[in-house]
Amino acid sequence: MGKVKKSPWLLHYDASSCNGCDIEVLACLTPVYDVERFGVVSTDDPMQADILLITGGVNSQSEAVVRQLYEQMPRPKVVVAVGVCACTGGVFKDCYNIKGGVDTVIPVDVYVPGCAARPQSIIDGVIKAVEIFQKRSDEHDAYEREHRHDGQVPAETSGKGNQ
Amino acid sequence: MRVSLLWILCYLVLAPFLGGLLDGCDRKISARMQGRIGPPVLQPFYDVQKLFNKQTIAVRRVQAAFLLVYMIMMIFTGCMFYGGTDILMCFFVLSTAATFLYFAAVVTNSPYSTIGASRELIQMMTYEPAVLFACVGFYLANGTFTVGSIVQSDVSSILYLPGFFFAFVFILTIKMRKSPFDTSASHHAHQELVKGLTTEFGAKNLAFFTITEWYENIFLLGVVGLFIVNRHPVSWIIAVIVVLAVYFLEILIDNTSARVKQDTMLKLTWTVTLLSAGINTLVLMLIR
Repeated sequence: MGKVKKSPWLLHYDASSCNGCDIEVLACLTPVYDVERFGVVSTDDPMQADILLITGGVNSQSEAVVRQLYEQMPRPKVVVAVGVCACTGGVFKDCYNIKGGVDTVIPVDVYVPGCAARPQSIIDGVIKAVEIFQKRSDEHDAYEREHRHDGQVPAETSGKGNQ
Repeated sequence: MRVSLLWILCYLVLAPFLGGLLDGCDRKISARMQGRIGPPVLQPFYDVQKLFNKQTIAVRRVQAAFLLVYMIMMIFTGCMFYGGTDILMCFFVLSTAATFLYFAAVVTNSPYSTIGASRELIQMMTYEPAVLFACVGFYLANGTFTVGSIVQSDVSSILYLPGFFFAFVFILTIKMRKSPFDTSASHHAHQELVKGLTTEFGAKNLAFFTITEWYENIFLLGVVGLFIVNRHPVSWIIAVIVVLAVYFLEILIDNTSARVKQDTMLKLTWTVTLLSAGINTLVLMLIR
């Protein structure tokens, strides 16, 4: 049972954001906020990512991409919706092309509100996601120990929204 | 014989810890250079531990086998070097190991890792002359390829081989995947190839790759130290200082330079290699 929470690697995806939240996500990496002090690395590679950070509401073009990115990430994984558009669709909610928040496509664990979400609240959201990540990893390990031979991974540890 | 076995054992056990610690210091120093606090020094170990706890997804299962061979060959290279055998042989085995890394990347058919892998081949072509020159230099200076005998020489090899040393430190930037020459795989995100060579390495595979890189770094820094070491014990302390200084220099270069195109890398590296190591060879052949 490893302490995985010390090393959360982020994958940042812009579903249909106005770039306001994206700028704030990038601001987290700058010297002022320096999210790397928690071991956070922005990887850009779904194969190596633990936390999926999505900004902007999901539209019909980005839906398939969001789903594919989520499926390409190895378990355990956590999803964070950053900004009010990613949470609910925001001001674009009634647009003909917007499906709504990220949770209309994939399960979301942490919702970070704000327009644009402030770097402080994004970091808070990531820290919350890290705790969930650790919990999932422990569950995953416990399941592995019980079912060592069949090699199956429990569905319930993969992405159940708990907020 | 017993001494060399002890060295091999030390390398096997200590190299991953030293390599990881150096990597951690690298990230900390880099962060401080950029005005950030940076991750804890032990962060690379946390990362590897986390990677071992993740679900392994691989497009092709054979990738893990290739990576395992890469790792074993790399550790074997280091063991041969620290065991005091032929340095030329060490670098031949090192090249073979790098070839298996190429296979591990190219077997997945991912466009990112395939382009990364082809760039890795260009990188090998770029640094290989300097590496072979270094071997030849050690022979010209000491009359032997055997690491055990080079260590026992009366004067440090660097007195005869300053040009070779410069060329070797120059290509170390490529071997350690540091900017400006990190074309095949980058430690930093936001490059056009996602993670290049390592795009398709996830979980355990990436952990093995990272540990192998630590072994490789310790081996390469050992070669840097070999330029300094002679039969006097004081030279060992100087060698450690020079090795740390070279590592710091690599971090500094990494943080102060932007990536170059691969043909610029090739031209620049071969020019430096031919000029510094080539002239050094001519001078050495004339005076000896």
